[in-house]
Amino acid sequence: MPADASSADTLFRRITDYANRADPYPLYAELREHKVARQEDGKYLVGTYDEIAALLHDPRVSSDLRNRAEPDPSIMPPEGPPPSFIGRDDPEHDRLRRLAMRPFGPPHSPGRIDALRGDIARISGQLADGLRGKSSFDLVDDFAFPLPVTVICDLLGVPSEDIPQVHTWADTVVSGLDFPPDEDPGARRHAAYEARSAMGQYLGELAEKRRHSPTDDMLSALANEDGPEGALTQQELMVTTVLLLIAGHETTVNLITNGMLTLLRNPEALERLRAEPELIPSAVEELLRYEPPVQFLPQRTPLADIEVAGVTIPKGVPLILVLAAGSRDPLRFPDPDRFDPARRDNQHFGFGSGIHNCFGAPLARLETQIALTTLINLLDGPRLLKDPPEYRNSPVLRGPRHLLLGQGKH
Amino acid sequence: MPGEARGARRDGRIVIVGASLAGLRAAETLRDEGFEGELTLVGDEPQLPYDRPPLSKLVLLGKAGAEDCGLPARRPIDARWRLGVPASGVDAAGKSVVLADGERLPFDRLLIATGTRARPWPVPGEAALEGVFTLRTSADAGRLVAALDAGPRRVLVIGAGFTGSEVASACRERGLEVTVAERGRAPLIGALGGTVGDWATRLQRAHGVDLRCGVTVTALTSAGGRLTGAEFSDGSRIEADVAVVCLGAVRNTEWLADSGLAAGPRGVACDAGCRVFTMYGIVTDDVFVAGDVARFPHPLFEYQLIALEHWGNAVAQAEIAAHNMIAPGPLRRPHLAVPSFWSGQFGLNIKSVGVPTFSDQVVIAQGSPEERRLVAVYGYRGRITAAVTVNRAKWLEHYRRLIESAAPFPPGPGAADHLADLEPVPSDVPDPRVLTHGPTVALTGHLPDRRLTLVRHDG
Ligand SMILES: Cc1cc2nc3c(=O)[nH]c(=O)nc-3n(C[C@H](O)[C@H](O)[C@H](O)COP(=O)(O)OP(=O)(O)OC[C@H]3O[C@@H](n4cnc5c(N)ncnc54)[C@H](O)[C@@H]3O)c2cc1C
Ligand code: HEM
Repeated sequence: MPADASSADTLFRRITDYANRADPYPLYAELREHKVARQEDGKYLVGTYDEIAALLHDPRVSSDLRNRAEPDPSIMPPEGPPPSFIGRDDPEHDRLRRLAMRPFGPPHSPGRIDALRGDIARISGQLADGLRGKSSFDLVDDFAFPLPVTVICDLLGVPSEDIPQVHTWADTVVSGLDFPPDEDPGARRHAAYEARSAMGQYLGELAEKRRHSPTDDMLSALANEDGPEGALTQQELMVTTVLLLIAGHETTVNLITNGMLTLLRNPEALERLRAEPELIPSAVEELLRYEPPVQFLPQRTPLADIEVAGVTIPKGVPLILVLAAGSRDPLRFPDPDRFDPARRDNQHFGFGSGIHNCFGAPLARLETQIALTTLINLLDGPRLLKDPPEYRNSPVLRGPRHLLLGQGKH
Repeated sequence: MPGEARGARRDGRIVIVGASLAGLRAAETLRDEGFEGELTLVGDEPQLPYDRPPLSKLVLLGKAGAEDCGLPARRPIDARWRLGVPASGVDAAGKSVVLADGERLPFDRLLIATGTRARPWPVPGEAALEGVFTLRTSADAGRLVAALDAGPRRVLVIGAGFTGSEVASACRERGLEVTVAERGRAPLIGALGGTVGDWATRLQRAHGVDLRCGVTVTALTSAGGRLTGAEFSDGSRIEADVAVVCLGAVRNTEWLADSGLAAGPRGVACDAGCRVFTMYGIVTDDVFVAGDVARFPHPLFEYQLIALEHWGNAVAQAEIAAHNMIAPGPLRRPHLAVPSFWSGQFGLNIKSVGVPTFSDQVVIAQGSPEERRLVAVYGYRGRITAAVTVNRAKWLEHYRRLIESAAPFPPGPGAADHLADLEPVPSDVPDPRVLTHGPTVALTGHLPDRRLTLVRHDG
């Protein structure tokens, strides 16, 4: 059958098409009809909740792009150090993730994230104060962007004078993930690669300093690790800390921004949160389901032929798990296209699932809960000035590039 | 909801006997699903429902108090609590529960959730010695912790099932000398078979446990009413000032002896909807059972009646039982959840899905014992029936799906972290009679025939 604009094997092309960025959800509904959709170029897309859950827990599904039958230069750098643990399989994934977790969360550092509560509230408060009295502003540049970078830099131990530089690198790396419609991707990717290396270099040198004069930040802990399994090698440390900086960067920005966008589109939900602030945590979960910052996982590869919903996905092909489609699967979530800040039984895929589930989830939750609470309390009658807003290129890390808001009397 | 309400039995009197995990969760579900009638919970323990798994883990380590394990009340249940008094019988014809203090509680529907108790040391005089403990209740845990706090020179653990192994682990973590005695060939062998059991043997020894397998304790020695040590069947003896008896559990069914229900030492038999059978095998429609005391048929295990001492089963079954107590016939649901269990010991997180004892072969599908990280997959006659993970719980869901779909054993190729192409080996599940401790999963119907040919250990 010839591929036309509405057949299932063009879905990926249509999902990545910038024209559909503001509302990809009808495409996801179409994908769910097929459960598994083979694309014209041999990729396989999966969009139903149960099937995604099964694949995310399937040990025959690799996150390591080196298992692709045909290397995909668009997402895999041709040279360079081995991938960070987001792109590795067990057992190496497990070892690297566990070592990174030691100074970050339970069981070795159970209090680390909660201890940031005060700092996050202070930074959010300062950023929100800067918005006071402005009749219009860009929520992305003026609030959502600076918050997570500042927090993760503090946590790792990047001195405040270096934050702008780190910020620029992170930005360049993330824009390398974009699929720009009208531009040769080569230059962008090269810049991203350079930025990633520079960042690794910088963090490696910083860690080296901390090895000799430790402070109480994560870099010091990683550099001076003396647990039973030894420490990360210098190269592993560089790759891992770059991952921590990048992974939590634009994702959290998008969650905060999507959050305000969604609340302003659903004024009754906004009113409800104002009246019942204890619903904020569940509202953040609902956002992760309803407008997730990570729309799909483009990096999976089957290590064997795997049967899913009656279709055999061959070993070595690109396997794309469309998390955002699964999180709106009507077979799993009643009334899935409704934003319900008090939804119960909300096991969304916003942070993935299985062994690669988001490492930074506790931090991302805390930041977003505090950010939204601050915005709801401090903004004065906010309203959307442009809806839909202008989106970033990336169909994976989907979110507004700018979110223009007005406030005060109009 | 009007459609759902049709035929639902939302009023009347419901009595729940056993006020612990299954009883509480059933009560909450009844209210969640709209039961508006009178609800009474009867429990022989004096306190409100609490959680048992921490008792052999955090509590023994002193990280939580024995009194601090209360189960969270997830919603108000508006119930009458009759705590501190056991039920002594059921008058099935008169539809009432009789309490030990003589009170009669009439019911329209009854839920039996009396669980199990610790099997005591068989010699009463020795069981009563100062320094001899069992571990089932928070009071037990409080007494045991006090004894461990006193710094005994050696602790003897009798029985190396899950509870015994967890107790041994906690003692080692506290720096106490421990001897573990197990009649079977290895720790955990009764629940997980020989392959995992052999690994557990190495694990315990590596943690400094004086592990003695293939022996029985023949006597507990004493002086002046106080434990001084133990003698073993191989003629050896040790000195110990604390002994923890971990011989497994006894189902609390004696109070049902004259009830005419199918209740006995192996539990209270019910159908897939948690409805209890009479002693004639006729299903009742007003008496339900859930939790450790229940025996129920499971389609994944050839409809054998199984009894599980698993936290997750108590919760799932209580929810189904409660639902079925008020739902009209066509809306009733079967209890089909795949059994699952966890344990924490010697710094490892052990989890299982399915029924490992329902197996003839086992293969290490991922990881390796040396790496303190593995997935063991169990098969019975060519299909997957269970999986056990060590520090690898994230993969469990995959294996649960394979069990549910009766996927072929051994599992196909391709799994990440597959270190060696190991061949399946016999799962080596011993006949429960050779163990010191009772099984935590009892297959109480016919046995897989493999068991008939299994090596019997002496003793
Ligand atoms: C030390 C320990 C550690 C454990 N660890 C784990 C673990 O790691 N993982 C896991 O999955 N499971 C574990 N379990 C098992 C888990 O706790 C049980 O599966 C669970 O408690 C079963 O709940 P239940 O309500 O069915 O029974 P129970 O908790 O036994 O409750 C039954 C209640 O009924 C009461 N009762 C009995 N007879 C009468 C009567 N005639 N009248 C009134 N009341 C009566 C009993 O006193 C008790 O309070 C552990 C158990 C123990 C003891
Ligand atoms: C709202 C914000 C965030 C979202 C939506 C998000 C989402 C995700 C998702 C979907 C994955 C799974 C990737 C996969 O399976 O391939 C993931 C992994 C990861 N995330 Fe996040 N993330 C967020 C914030 C953060 C933060 C703040 C950090 C760092 C502190 C972080 C660090 C990581 C890391 C290291 C991984 C890889 C985990 C692994 O491979 O084991 N994330 N995240």
